[in-house]
Amino acid sequence: MRFIFKTDYDQDIRILKHSGYWWSYGILLAVMVATPYVLGSYMQSQLVFVFIYAIVGVALMILTGFTGQASLGHAAFLAIGAYTAGFMQSLGVPFIVYFPLAAVLTGVVGALVGFPALRLHGIYLVIATIAFAFIVEEVLARWESVTHGNEGMRVRTLDLFDIPIPRDSDAFYFLCLLVLVGVSVLALNLLRSPTGRAFIAIRDSETAGKSMGIDLAAYKVKSFAISAAITGMAGVLFAHKMTFISPEMFTLLLSIEFIMVIIIGGAFGVHGAIFGAIFIVMVDPFLTALKDDVPVLVSSIASSLGMAKETATDLRDDLSRIGSAAGLKGAIYGLIIMMFILFEPYGLYGRWLKVKLFFQLFPLYKRATFKRQKTYVKSERNR
Amino acid sequence: MLDFIQQLVSGIALGCVYGLIALGFVLIYKATEVVNFAQGDLMMLGGFFVFTFIGLMGLDYWLGFLFAVCGMAVFGMATERILIRPILGYPQFSIVMATIGLGYFLRSIAGMIWGTDDLKIETPFSAGVVRIGDLVLAHDKLSVIVATVILCAVLFAFFNYTRLGTAMRATSENMLAAYYMGIPVKRVVSLIWAISAAVAATAGVLLAPITFIHSNVGLALGLKAFPAAVLGGFGSIPGAVVGGLIIGVIETLAGFYLPQGWKDVMPYIVLLVVLLIRPQGLFGPSMRKKV
Repeated sequence: MRFIFKTDYDQDIRILKHSGYWWSYGILLAVMVATPYVLGSYMQSQLVFVFIYAIVGVALMILTGFTGQASLGHAAFLAIGAYTAGFMQSLGVPFIVYFPLAAVLTGVVGALVGFPALRLHGIYLVIATIAFAFIVEEVLARWESVTHGNEGMRVRTLDLFDIPIPRDSDAFYFLCLLVLVGVSVLALNLLRSPTGRAFIAIRDSETAGKSMGIDLAAYKVKSFAISAAITGMAGVLFAHKMTFISPEMFTLLLSIEFIMVIIIGGAFGVHGAIFGAIFIVMVDPFLTALKDDVPVLVSSIASSLGMAKETATDLRDDLSRIGSAAGLKGAIYGLIIMMFILFEPYGLYGRWLKVKLFFQLFPLYKRATFKRQKTYVKSERNR
Repeated sequence: MLDFIQQLVSGIALGCVYGLIALGFVLIYKATEVVNFAQGDLMMLGGFFVFTFIGLMGLDYWLGFLFAVCGMAVFGMATERILIRPILGYPQFSIVMATIGLGYFLRSIAGMIWGTDDLKIETPFSAGVVRIGDLVLAHDKLSVIVATVILCAVLFAFFNYTRLGTAMRATSENMLAAYYMGIPVKRVVSLIWAISAAVAATAGVLLAPITFIHSNVGLALGLKAFPAAVLGGFGSIPGAVVGGLIIGVIETLAGFYLPQGWKDVMPYIVLLVVLLIRPQGLFGPSMRKKV
């Protein structure tokens, strides 16, 4: 176990708290830089999606995890970022200009959404963000002079200082990695600043926060704007990765996926957003692999255990029929959400912390350390 | 003018559909302050139940109706016991996500069991219309309107004038205090899920001839019924129906008079405007915070 001798108040708010952090994050960064030279192009492409989802996850983490404002409309912010990129690029604006511009524009829209949030909370806010997302989706489908409507819009190859960066290149991978690292550092810095503390205070109790002199209105709008701007950046990268965008890509289901990222990862840290993104992006290829391999494996085990050959073949066929049933993926998604909320409420990052603490305190770990405090239900009306 | 009235009437019929589903949302919210995003999918499941009883097993319509409603009530209780009770008392948003997960799950499972084709059942309301002057109203839509009005009145009376209804309202106010007053909180919560699922099943059965039975019908209608419940104020039973009527009428009129595309967004625009002016919805109790 490591004992940290504190000699300075600043040590409590440092991002890299001790030399161990330098080592572990340095190694992680080195691995991420080396990855494109080792992995095949398919996995590299999946990693780029992990980065994009993680950027959105960090954005949602700031809004939902730290300010406590739920949003089921982040797909709309992603869409605004993506379409800004596509439109600006078609006008000949360089990437170095439209990338920040998309973030600013999305941030402004986010602030506008934040204004109703001043008066709404809980479920009313969720439904307001859903309504906003529907309206954006419809606008994208109808504003044909800019968005080409339902036909969708082609996005050309990214051009950075006249160097083309195609969607599958190593350079694109590094660009996404760079943005993710930048956004993560920004989020970490934000959350240890007075602004971040104010966000956390708002989440824990608006009443208490306000009596401590926090301007609820300003901080809620700020939180929405920052979250939306980061999502807008992810949208630009998303547009260039997909090379084709259309309104039906940015539906409620995508927003739910983003929320899944932070629920599965754990909504209380940047790590959580990244773990969640890895899980969400990788679950699909993983299921596809399972679908092909599990029936064969099961039937071969069954026949080696002495099952008749025909029965084993039947078993394999039955299993692969279940595996290729149309809605299986949705059922598994739903099951994953429910299981995480029931059994792993702090998400993967919470599990990581628990395991870490178990080894740090080895014989003395208490399960109650991470026990959620369960309160009886009180009406929100009187809170 | 006749066009307008005809549109208005079909808007009201559509609004009653939304109101009927919204009633289910409101019931659960009223008793436990839990928002059930899977309400539309419970309705869909009710439709499939009645298809199984009537279409596959060949039971009489009313008997099948009864079985479907009872079956869904049991299903609602089981859902509460397995999924909701362990997480009751945690932040509202995690419960919302759990029910979204439940919705995903039910949709896929229903699609796998009953297939993805549109299914139909024969009902006493399938054919036949009522004519009032030049107005035409189909029997199946009329049945929805009548059922909505009856259910709304019964539930309103139940919540306001019976001991159990009062117990439910007390539970939503403060579970611990209700428990101290001798209210069996767990049983009350179970019961409200059963009632809500039964209402959803009723909606599913009545909608079967109109929308057909399909695994995605719950999502589409649920997403419209949800704004209806919010518009009316989430905790109010008449509010749910009024909200449903407003959404239904606006949607139909926008579809008729405005250019294409407005039909789907107009309800949401109205919702946002109403929420800006009255954040607690039209009939919701005012939520005032004092600092």
